[in-house]
Amino acid sequence: MIEIIAAVLGGAIRSGTAVLFACLGELIAERAGVVNLGTEGCMLAGALGAFAGTAATGNPFLGALAGGLCGAALASVHAYVAVIRRANQLASGLAITILGLGITSFWGRSFVSVQIQPMNSVSIPVLSDLPLIGPVLFQHDPLTYLAMLLAPAIWFFLYRTRWGLVLRATGERQDVVYSVGATPTLIRCLAVIAGGFLAGLGGAQLAVAYTLNWVENMTQGRGFVAVALVIFASWSPFMAVAGSYLFGGALSLQLALQAQGVGVSPYLMSAVPYVVTLLVLVLVGRRRRQAMPEELRAVFEGGAGV
Amino acid sequence: MNRRPRFTWSAVVMSAALLVSAACAPAAAPAGGGGAPAGGAPATGTLTVGFLFVGPKDDFGYNQAAYLGSVEMEKKLGSKVKVLRAENVPETEEAERVMEGMIQQGAKVIFPTSYGHLDPALNVAKRHADVTFIHQGGLKTSTNLGTYFGNIYEGVYLGGVAAGKMTKTNKLGYIVSFPIPQVLENINAFELGAKSVNPAATTTVVFTANWCDPGKQAEAANNLIAQGVDVLTQHQDCGKTIVETAERKGVMSVGYHADASSLAPKGWLTGAAWNWGPLYTQEVQAVLDGKWAGSPLAGKYRVGMKEGAVNMAAFGAGVPKDVQDLVKSKQQAILDGKLAPFAGPVKDQSGKERIATGVSPTVDVLETTDYLVEGVVGTIPK
Repeated sequence: MIEIIAAVLGGAIRSGTAVLFACLGELIAERAGVVNLGTEGCMLAGALGAFAGTAATGNPFLGALAGGLCGAALASVHAYVAVIRRANQLASGLAITILGLGITSFWGRSFVSVQIQPMNSVSIPVLSDLPLIGPVLFQHDPLTYLAMLLAPAIWFFLYRTRWGLVLRATGERQDVVYSVGATPTLIRCLAVIAGGFLAGLGGAQLAVAYTLNWVENMTQGRGFVAVALVIFASWSPFMAVAGSYLFGGALSLQLALQAQGVGVSPYLMSAVPYVVTLLVLVLVGRRRRQAMPEELRAVFEGGAGV
Repeated sequence: MNRRPRFTWSAVVMSAALLVSAACAPAAAPAGGGGAPAGGAPATGTLTVGFLFVGPKDDFGYNQAAYLGSVEMEKKLGSKVKVLRAENVPETEEAERVMEGMIQQGAKVIFPTSYGHLDPALNVAKRHADVTFIHQGGLKTSTNLGTYFGNIYEGVYLGGVAAGKMTKTNKLGYIVSFPIPQVLENINAFELGAKSVNPAATTTVVFTANWCDPGKQAEAANNLIAQGVDVLTQHQDCGKTIVETAERKGVMSVGYHADASSLAPKGWLTGAAWNWGPLYTQEVQAVLDGKWAGSPLAGKYRVGMKEGAVNMAAFGAGVPKDVQDLVKSKQQAILDGKLAPFAGPVKDQSGKERIATGVSPTVDVLETTDYLVEGVVGTIPK
């Protein structure tokens, strides 16, 4: 029984990490007041970039870095179009996703059958022997550990540093930012590019550490789930962790149940992660909705300049 | 005031880009001969043949097998054919668009190779009575659309024999996609093959509801291995992820569709592999000779090991000689017609007898399979 729970929880973390990276990246961007629906495209760019980079250099860490940079590059297009040229952010983001899907499918064709050096799991010496939490938390690949550490790091950045404050101010009331001597446009661009980098890392984890494969459209909508989860998390890094692992758990649960011989309909179970996400969004209370950065409200509800 | 020059400039760039991309599109191929009803009159000149693949041609699986078949056919028929190929064609109306495009380029024979290409193909076939459609795996035909498939369950049965002999935990794992009859036939054949040499062997089935989602494949493989499964096999389009995951975790694997032994030097046992070349050549030659319409090829044509459409991939390094000999002798028995994988008595999971003693069901009966045999762990999703 313990093994089953450990398998499901471990699987939750394994499958949820890619979404978590993208979610944290999108959180940074939305905190600055920009929605990046191109997260899915950035994840795909990151997955292909990482896979190709690892195939070329033989080093999965360099590959992961390359993946992050590819995600950032694609996001910079969104930054230019939506922030500098002030186009509709939702339309621009969707265009980026479609562009990302098309480009990666096209360029990825020669990588489909390639085998790469995997990013191996690293078991943390003492901690991984603990009864239940050992295999669940401490027997993963380095990128998964990075994601776990990233959430508190981002929290610290947002709430305890000066630049985090400026970032949040950009999302709440951009006029205030001028008074500190910073330019909201520049901060937003940097936030979007950082978000794209993290989404790229999420795609990299999927390709280089988890599946070790490249297939077109391999993220299968995880990027969009990440954007939705940011709202679910009411723009808080720790809730983002909870949401991502919940999503990963729902993904992993149905496969684990089937492996046990439990009769669950895979069609139904495939819908569960998305249904859970939707339910939580619907049930998010008024108080949570008021946690939305003010500038973001203008994006979703229409307003000056969008 | 500044906007107009920028707008004009971007309009110029856009038009230039469109012109460049139009120029780069492949030029229309010369049309094939013989405009008469599909396959009725002998074709003159070069026959243009189109192939649709649902995935990439090097997926170590389903599409690779079809692609290799098309290459062999092209080599055998040489200058008599011109081959068009489209990869990653989804199982939607998009497939209709691709087929129409090929017909515009002069294709007179189209091979839609994925199960879900059937309905789009039937729609296009209605509109083009002079084009022959030869669909892989379908269960419906029309006047100018015939289907073919191989009794690959014969090879899967032999894979089950190898797995049943090599397993140490008596737990085998099968990762599949959708509960269509061909998938259920394979699961049953695998378990029957394993049980024939190892009555204690069980096969746990996981449905991923997807022909190729590496994330789900990796997760399903990890879960099965955590359950103690030590031989993994699959009915998916892309075979790479599961074979590699098995190799990394130190479990054995049995392949499907194509030979993926290079991915798993230690754990590879064997695998059922398609050999479509001879069949494709036969089909296209029949169209060239004007003999396709009205022949068995125009119906639901089924071939098996005897016709060479199904082969066994080479054995892995870890398979001992006595197991290899056992599998080879059973293969010979199938070729001689002495061994039928589904010869009764066969009971389903509830214990009900589905195939009576002494009965060997025909392919038509097998293609209505809607149950799993005793020894399979898992349920068919509704």
